[in-house]
Amino acid sequence: MKSLLLTFVLCLPLLAGTDDSLLIRGATIHPVSGPEIKDGSVLVRDGKIVGIGHNLAAPRGTRVIEARGMHVYPGMINSATQLGLAEISSVRESVDTGEIGDFNPQLRAEVAMNPSSEHIPVTRANGITTAIVLPMGAGGGEGGPRGGNTRQPIITGQAALVHLDGWTWEEMDIKKSAGMAMHFPIIPSPPQRFGDAPANLFRYSYADSKKTYETQLRDLREFFEQSRRYQKAKAAKPAGFKTDLKYEAMLPVLEGKTPLVVMANRERAIDDAVKFADAQKVRVVIANPKELGKAGAEMKAKGVTAILGPTLELPEHNDDPYDAAYTLPNEFYKAGVKFAFGSFDNQFARNLPYEAATAAAFGLPREEALKSVTLNAAQIWGVGDKIGSIEEGKWADLMITDGDPLEAKTQIKQLFIKGKNVDLDNKHRRLYEKYLNRP
Amino acid sequence: MKYSLWLLLLAALHAAPIVIKNATVLTVTKGTFVGSVVIREGKIVEVGEKVTEPAGAEIVDASGKFLMPGIIDCHSHIATDAINEGSVSVSSMVGIEDTINPEDIAIYRALAGGVTTANVLHGSANSIGGKTVVMKMRWGKDAREMIFEGAKPGIKFALGENPKRAGNPGGQRINANAVLRYPATRMGVEDVIREAFNDARIYQAQWKDYNEKTARGEQALAPRRDLKLDALVEVLEGKRFVHAHCYRQDEILMLLRVADDYGFKIRTLQHVLEGYKVAKEIAEHGAGASTFSDWWSYKVEAFDAIPYNAAIMVRKGVLVSLNSDSAELMRHLNDEAAKTMKYGGLSETEALSLITINPARQLDIDKRVGSIEVGKDADLVIFDEHPLSNYAKVEKVFVDGQVYFDRNKDLADRAEREAEKAKLLEKEKEKEKRPGAGASPSRLPKKAVLDGDGDTAGSSPNSFAHSHRSSVPVGAWHETPGRRPTA
Repeated sequence: MKSLLLTFVLCLPLLAGTDDSLLIRGATIHPVSGPEIKDGSVLVRDGKIVGIGHNLAAPRGTRVIEARGMHVYPGMINSATQLGLAEISSVRESVDTGEIGDFNPQLRAEVAMNPSSEHIPVTRANGITTAIVLPMGAGGGEGGPRGGNTRQPIITGQAALVHLDGWTWEEMDIKKSAGMAMHFPIIPSPPQRFGDAPANLFRYSYADSKKTYETQLRDLREFFEQSRRYQKAKAAKPAGFKTDLKYEAMLPVLEGKTPLVVMANRERAIDDAVKFADAQKVRVVIANPKELGKAGAEMKAKGVTAILGPTLELPEHNDDPYDAAYTLPNEFYKAGVKFAFGSFDNQFARNLPYEAATAAAFGLPREEALKSVTLNAAQIWGVGDKIGSIEEGKWADLMITDGDPLEAKTQIKQLFIKGKNVDLDNKHRRLYEKYLNRP
Repeated sequence: MKYSLWLLLLAALHAAPIVIKNATVLTVTKGTFVGSVVIREGKIVEVGEKVTEPAGAEIVDASGKFLMPGIIDCHSHIATDAINEGSVSVSSMVGIEDTINPEDIAIYRALAGGVTTANVLHGSANSIGGKTVVMKMRWGKDAREMIFEGAKPGIKFALGENPKRAGNPGGQRINANAVLRYPATRMGVEDVIREAFNDARIYQAQWKDYNEKTARGEQALAPRRDLKLDALVEVLEGKRFVHAHCYRQDEILMLLRVADDYGFKIRTLQHVLEGYKVAKEIAEHGAGASTFSDWWSYKVEAFDAIPYNAAIMVRKGVLVSLNSDSAELMRHLNDEAAKTMKYGGLSETEALSLITINPARQLDIDKRVGSIEVGKDADLVIFDEHPLSNYAKVEKVFVDGQVYFDRNKDLADRAEREAEKAKLLEKEKEKEKRPGAGASPSRLPKKAVLDGDGDTAGSSPNSFAHSHRSSVPVGAWHETPGRRPTA
């Protein structure tokens, strides 16, 4: 009887159509920005949160969701995915993650994002309402150096911040250009395990790799210099000024509006990137660092933030402690560097919360773990006033769960994006129901 | 070296009985309760809420902690120097047993994730791969001692995209000289397996004939020994288990029917991501299924993979386990098991069974391992929280009643390890400064490029616990989530 009632309650929003005003009550509210509220309510009007507390009254006609015994959390944010850019990672034709060429700041991930990708409903069914879609990798398909070339591209394009709901990419849009994605030039590391790098990496000597690194560094500095000259030239408004799309795309970076999102795995690359951004007076977010070392102090001092890759990873080196990847997030936390998690992947984008949970198992305070998939991410991407926590005035990106969303066994019962109920159905559920019922 | 001495010392100490007290004991097969487990000479001798503490027993107080049987990974490639003999379509003459690398750091890391036993398989490059071996994670022991004594040997089969890849020039062909290898289609994969068993039957009959003749005292010429067919005859005679890599329902069914026709059983279907579509047929054949929790979309044959696969197959009566196929995933199979509670609503015990008693049954080692029961090997894991919580971590791991992983000890030893590494690095630098050092191996460019970002850290011989080669050759075929295996 109880479960029947619950089913009915959970179906209610569907009956109510696309209404974006509602009252959730009787649940434990986890605002993230403040302490949890037991037996609390959240009132949503026109897609925005307008009240949080106890016994809130709903205006007449507002849909009411009784969520006794349930929990309400802000929707989670995955700070690095390729959702909509890649469908089947081994099929070149279905992959649009990276272009040819070293400097492509004019590229926009958003316009290549397929809103019908099966990955989107699969990912959001686990409570992820927002994602960064990151253009990276070379030539698409393999996300890394290929064809006997050890060099990574440098500037790979504009990362989009999107809601995981919408009929078109325009409807999904939160921020078209949330970051300028780039790889900081490195001298490549050796592969340590399956699939890390093509075998032909070894055909290159250290001297060759170092030369490539130095050339790329020089090219990078020059590109910034050219962009700045373009900026100055444009400001002077000379007659017959010709627009250049690449340099034009760099202007928001130079003006400090858009941060560089720099893939930098090793301490040296992190340090290089932080120093480079400082010298260029641009903002920087470090992406997918695999170690911190002594770079933490500098990052903290400069207010540099980070997007951490999966915690559930092997250590980088054979002689690293077995839990090196598990403890890295706490190392960032202790160094005072603000960070959020990203999957750098689609296949496991739904597992974002477990990356945070493992970090918590190995020292990161649990409330920080939750922040790293919600509020911290929103703040890093410059939308801390819109999403990431349950606060008045923010969009109602909410999930109703039967427990802690960082635990795999927890079920996501309902999901809202801008106050609208989002369908939790997806390819996996459909196949499940179809074949469970096979005679 | 020092470490193994320490282990020996520990082994000696542990000849005394051990009592693990006050733990929440997740026996998997006999319920869950707060109680104790008594270990003597590597075996579990008593389990219960109240036990008799033997005199002189070492007491491990596990108050507030969780004790579960050692995790069993039914599909791994760690601790081997080679994975694929991919030059031929049938490579049943080769075996992983001959390539065991007991110094692979992945063993220690697997232990740190609670794994005590692994089914170590040949790769999936060919339709009939090499012989497989079941190992215990006896870190510090030699290659022979790693082998799970008495466990039935196996052989790897592979269906679908991987074995047909060498027959397909598209995309994977590196140069014009690349040789195409049959098969190039799923039709060909079936044919390769049928041809092989056809040959095996003829070979088997020749031996039968010879043995009968000699038994009757007649003169007979022995058939020529065929190492490739020997292994397949063992399959026909039920002496060797088939572990078959597969994805799509058509190929799964195909293999079951081939096995039916030749009168043998498929012991486990590996990966078996579309197993949920033919769960009825798998259950009828009696094959086990060893799958991933939630891998999908990394290739076409994985595009209908669903995280409910394990749960559907469990509900339809298939013996199911979760495996890793990855030195990384291997370290948190308990997290993977927890996902089956979300996807398909398995109970806690059902979820834990997927990584303990079920794989033990699949490998026919359940009399020895897979649950906490009197008489079984003391392969046990202490977690600080419930192992199905993502906040849980492994604190202590016993194999045969000996501690092989202890988080506190690992933490305590780190400073010493770092110091040793620094010392070795210093030595390396001095060596490089000496005249004529240019010719020393440490100065070869290869060595230098092997270390990222140009610094030398890590390029020295590693410290004691980690003196390991890169465990796996690049270019091996197995499944890599989100990355295409490099050929």
